[in-house]
Amino acid sequence: MRYLPLTPSDREQMLAKVGVASIEDLFLDVPEIARLDGPIHDLPFAQGELAVERHMQRLSNGSVAAGSVPFFCGAGAYRHAVPASVDHLIQRSEFLTTYTPYQPEMAQGTVQTLFEFQSQVAGLLACDVANASMYDGSTACAEAVVMAARVTKRTKVVFSGGLHPHYRRAARTLAKHSGLEIAGLPIAINDEAAVLAAVDQNTACVVVQCPNVFGTLTDFTELAKAVQAKGALLIAVFTEAVAFGLITPPGEMGADIVAGEGQSIGNSLNFGGPYVGLFATKDKYVRQMPGRLAGETVDADGTRGFVLTLSTREQHIRRDKATSNICTNSGLCALAFTIHMTLLGDKGLKHLAQLNHEAACETADAVSSIQGVELLSDSFFNEFAVRLPGDAAKAVEAMAAHNVLGGVPYSRLRQEPGFENVLLIAATETTTAEDIARLADTLKKVI
Amino acid sequence: MAMNNVGRPTASVANDAAAPTTFSGARGLLQPTSLIFETGSIDRTGVDLPPVKGVQSRLGGLARQTTTGNPGLSEPEAVRHYVRLSQRNYAIDLGMFPLGSCTMKHNARLNEKMARLPGFADVHPLQPVSTVQGALGVMDQLSHWLITLTGMKAVALSPKAGAHGELCGMLAIRAALDAQGQAHRRRVLVPESAHGTNPATAVQCGFIVDEIKAAPDGRVDLSDLKTKLGDDVAGIMLTNPNTCGLFERDIREIADLIHASGGYFYCDGANFNAIAGRVRPGDLGVDAMHINLHKTFSTPHGGGGPGSGPTVLSDALAPFAPVPYVVTRADGTLDLVEHEADSDGEPFGRMVAFHGQIGMYTRALTYMLSHGADGIKQASEDAVLNANYVQACLKEHMSPAFDGVCMHEALFDDSWLEGTGVTTLDFAKAMIDEGYHPMTMYFPLVVHGAMLIEPTESESKASLDAFIASMTGLAKAAKSGDTARFTGAPYHAPVKRLDETRAARKPVLKWAPPVEATKIAAE
Ligand SMILES: Cc1ncc(COP(=O)(O)O)c(C=O)c1O
Repeated sequence: MRYLPLTPSDREQMLAKVGVASIEDLFLDVPEIARLDGPIHDLPFAQGELAVERHMQRLSNGSVAAGSVPFFCGAGAYRHAVPASVDHLIQRSEFLTTYTPYQPEMAQGTVQTLFEFQSQVAGLLACDVANASMYDGSTACAEAVVMAARVTKRTKVVFSGGLHPHYRRAARTLAKHSGLEIAGLPIAINDEAAVLAAVDQNTACVVVQCPNVFGTLTDFTELAKAVQAKGALLIAVFTEAVAFGLITPPGEMGADIVAGEGQSIGNSLNFGGPYVGLFATKDKYVRQMPGRLAGETVDADGTRGFVLTLSTREQHIRRDKATSNICTNSGLCALAFTIHMTLLGDKGLKHLAQLNHEAACETADAVSSIQGVELLSDSFFNEFAVRLPGDAAKAVEAMAAHNVLGGVPYSRLRQEPGFENVLLIAATETTTAEDIARLADTLKKVI
Repeated sequence: MAMNNVGRPTASVANDAAAPTTFSGARGLLQPTSLIFETGSIDRTGVDLPPVKGVQSRLGGLARQTTTGNPGLSEPEAVRHYVRLSQRNYAIDLGMFPLGSCTMKHNARLNEKMARLPGFADVHPLQPVSTVQGALGVMDQLSHWLITLTGMKAVALSPKAGAHGELCGMLAIRAALDAQGQAHRRRVLVPESAHGTNPATAVQCGFIVDEIKAAPDGRVDLSDLKTKLGDDVAGIMLTNPNTCGLFERDIREIADLIHASGGYFYCDGANFNAIAGRVRPGDLGVDAMHINLHKTFSTPHGGGGPGSGPTVLSDALAPFAPVPYVVTRADGTLDLVEHEADSDGEPFGRMVAFHGQIGMYTRALTYMLSHGADGIKQASEDAVLNANYVQACLKEHMSPAFDGVCMHEALFDDSWLEGTGVTTLDFAKAMIDEGYHPMTMYFPLVVHGAMLIEPTESESKASLDAFIASMTGLAKAAKSGDTARFTGAPYHAPVKRLDETRAARKPVLKWAPPVEATKIAAE
């Protein structure tokens, strides 16, 4: 077996040094009825690289790659062009094959990149402080909700109807077991007034999203003030990080906690994971934050260095009193994010965001000029919602049969009466004029 | 002195003088580094994009007016920045990384290559299922491997790491108890030796943690366990092999006791690498167990993730598995059950936005196909043999925490350092100078000054012998009063020992322009 260096004679010598006759003697604590007589049945034996590669290649061929067809899916995951150097750099042995930086003196590469990552995320979102990543946007959102309950010592959570339904479900799964009461508002493209009306004495937080799942942009500045005046926190969620190259970031709107998805910078679609959750808040709440934090310090000579810090919030120190159980997070995806962000810089990010917005505007024009298709979002970044004359899921299936991945039917996210005909369409800098024409033609044909 | 024909010396001159500081800040091959905020600027970029068209924007008055403040670098500058930083990291590709409980084994590059195939990497999670059969195939095959290797009924793939898998298993237990009208069962028994994620998870699920003691042999104290059982107990969270590197030999009895009292058995599977292919947790009475694909199945740790924590479930808990999951339709095609209403079971909910860590599933499946059932068994045996060899060779110089053989990791306490003035932390820092990543230190908590060494099956005998020689040398140095070697360590790392107390006392968690930084420091 190519990955196992011990030879039979090594094994013999080592067993002798240990003082046992055979490997079986090292497994004597295993109860007899659980001892197997040989390799587990019903599984293949070892194979060489060639055979394994063939197997995996065959599987891969069973999927339609997004890059091979006109592609308009978003709804929480976005296809962007990632510079070649990003994937090269994250595959450097020293980044790829190292652990969480528990020994900072031999992990300055990792801790410094995390420090830079936190700084970039804080700048992007206009927040005081960002952590070193969460699993993904949806789990970041869930953690934000339980954090808000800790901060306010209140137990009610209000979800906006514009929140991504998966985020809502994931947050609900975590929150309901922390004894929180959930007020989920009806699905709506814009429900600012309803959100505020739902806030009462016991509300810990309201969870809103911008751009929301329908693509709509809302200024939460006034809502944030009103919510905070009632003693609750405003949690602002997002699924498309590139948006903040062009639109007002949640920190500037006064959000108390910002939680969202960082996949679209530096990371591929990967069928939904691994992604990278971004989590930011105000300085005054930093000790209630979940997750790791990198911080600056000095070494014994006074030279600048970086370490993981404020770990008394975390499970390995605080155990049952920790702010979260998270341990392993999304290190390498955060590295991809930070490298891509460094290549872009503020200037490149703004440019990229503008290209996305323009592609979406052109797509929206093309699609909404089709008879029977109604554009539902009057403001948007790179994704918008339309209402089709018929079932959106069927239209998407029919488009796929014409080799066009024409968006995500809302019903894929949540089965909600009245929303069966809603289609979410995203465009990015990877979208070409030809793609847009194909989408419009195909959609016209199938509806 | 030997000279060549142009008068240039060809042999080095002995030089005892201290190394001079350099003018550049470099130390030979070790290049100086700075922060991107110090070298980059907001008007520089390393990405060429097509020109914008000037389309009328539809931002509804929400156009950003401020800078992100994030500097850009050109591509050559960026590449150099990250390559220089990478050279300040240690890695499994450089040498042995015996971090106990973390299973730092070789990360095969075939796995990386396969994960990047477009049918997995360039597929959107919400494409029509007819267009993602390949990606679903990976999930289906991985599930088969995991279920077969563990002898369990079902697997929930979506948890994003070990701790998230714990959450999955404990929420399934919660749901099962609720369904039985046993919602009052709130107490979860957790051994003192457990990883911190276990008690933290239990609390996140609304449970109360009750610690059970360790027996002198490093295993669960059965009599203490018995006294803590009762009709308010929801279950036990037990790591096996445990965090002391020992197999819980009474595990069947523990399972029977907990089941008889009406609770469930959660097994923390972080240490599955010791037994994969040799022991099936399903045969031990386990109800739920997470598997860290980023440990046992070698998906790279990447400096702290991403991980993946598929959670296998027993017959009793399988109906409560979260959405989404993969099913095979009558025509043989694969499908996803994504809505709780579409499920045959009683899912406890949804844990994540999409389907989990496909990029980790492809790597783990590649690992499994490469090893096969035979190779996985051999890997576990080699991992256990390597740990026992290290323990046998080091026990003359250091104090093993417990007698007898161990599983895949060897645990020492710090009693052998008593009176030397050297602590476990100092010893670890001296290992850095030796070119090794230190073992896990001060964990598990039940052992004073714990040093937990997990060599994994990836180390050759020669590599272990070199490690043992280095550890033996250090142990002798500590006992012979060469204290400075330890208390001042590391001497040969890119930085000296870092001040963690200062970092926590005055947290600097992001870059600030120098003026602001001075202001903060003055406050
Ligand atoms: C024993 C044990 N349990 C649980 C975990 C948590 O796993 P993860 O870091 O993947 O969340 C770890 C690893 O860090 C561990 O060693």
